[in-house]
Amino acid sequence: MIAIDIEKKLHGANGELNLQCKTQIHTGELVTLYGPSGSGKTTILRMIAGLSRPDHGYIEADNHAWFNSQNKINLKPQLRNIGMVFQEHSLFPNMTVRGNLEFALENSQPKKIIDDLLELTELEQLQHKKSSLLSGGQKQRVALARAMVRKPNLLLLDEPFSALDFEMQSKLQDYILKVHQHYNLTTILVSHDIVEVIKMSKRVLVIEDGRIKKDGLPADVLPLDNLRSILNHLQKI
Amino acid sequence: MLDFEPFYLTFKLVTVTTVILFFIGVPLACLLAFSRSRFIVILEALVGLPIVLPPSVLGFYLLLAFSPENAFGKFLEHHFDIRLVFTFPGLVIASVIYSIPFMVQPIQSGFRMVPQSLREASYMLGKSKLTTLIKVVLPNMKSSLITGCILSFAHTIGEFGVVLMVGGNIPRETRVVSIAIFDEVEAMNYNHATIYSTILLVFSFLVLVSVYLVNQRAHKVHYLS
Repeated sequence: MIAIDIEKKLHGANGELNLQCKTQIHTGELVTLYGPSGSGKTTILRMIAGLSRPDHGYIEADNHAWFNSQNKINLKPQLRNIGMVFQEHSLFPNMTVRGNLEFALENSQPKKIIDDLLELTELEQLQHKKSSLLSGGQKQRVALARAMVRKPNLLLLDEPFSALDFEMQSKLQDYILKVHQHYNLTTILVSHDIVEVIKMSKRVLVIEDGRIKKDGLPADVLPLDNLRSILNHLQKI
Repeated sequence: MLDFEPFYLTFKLVTVTTVILFFIGVPLACLLAFSRSRFIVILEALVGLPIVLPPSVLGFYLLLAFSPENAFGKFLEHHFDIRLVFTFPGLVIASVIYSIPFMVQPIQSGFRMVPQSLREASYMLGKSKLTTLIKVVLPNMKSSLITGCILSFAHTIGEFGVVLMVGGNIPRETRVVSIAIFDEVEAMNYNHATIYSTILLVFSFLVLVSVYLVNQRAHKVHYLS
């Protein structure tokens, strides 16, 4: 279980934002952070990852402190064992698909996991290609597989589909659900796409102006008007 | 008979200088690119000084510093039995200082061009800052590293003022090509001066062509990705 109670002052394009986040995420849960851009979703994710430092509060994973401002604990991202997929492509262009996955291996870790992951994400055919030659969807699939190499307990996804077309998004969402179930992961997905939220998660945290405004089932917390427009949208497809 | 010793000496000087500069330049450029200190601009200005200063000014200060009459030179001679004035090692140190911006500046901008997300992705995969630097950052800024090396190499070949001040004109020790040309002109040996100059001209041109070729290829790879 992950327990979070953090605060951070942000200086964004819309002025100052006091970001506050207090919640608990259970092991094996897939939770979505939903909200408009600029509401602080990505910063929350980055603070959990250790890439950004909260001003106050604590982050605990299975009763193990990752961050605690009172005790001055701030565990490095390297030591938190988190898998993360970024919004923009973050594959290493100097390596092949397989090279990207092998880079993530720990010193004595057997290489079998690489083959398993390549198979799970159907990347075997592309494994010897340079990552810069792949399409957007393929790149994000590699990024997902790479994030899983160290067998993390927690997977963080920062709008990983935003640059992809609808069909690609849908495929990648299926891969993520597959990986989430296969490895019994705790997953946090940042999204501003209501269709994606409904498809992917049973629990949504609606973030507005730096606060968690609602927390619950998608049907309960997402605006009904929006749901209708989505149904229309889905019917058209 | 044309003496080719200055070419050998020049080549030795620029090779040693470029290698030393590479190992100084990478960490220095990394510091300049990523430091958030307000005072980093002072270091940046110091690194850039050799571009602005006349080489004779730089050479003059180095001559004063290296001179056994003064504190630093006296210290070196007294404790380590090293003399830097009018010697090859002195020439190397002077060249390193003189060419430092040509190594540091391209590498510094190379560091800034590698996306932050690549570094963060590497940290999230449990890799240390050093591993990230060696396996992710540096391989993805190869063209900046090559440009830095070629420019430093070429710039060191072209130095004159600093070399003359610190090294003088000692055959087989400090008499590099640029000094040899000046010497031949003074002695009215225009034939020799022409040959030296032509070789330098062609060589410099080829160096620049190779810099632009490297950059052109890097842009193409970038465009593909």
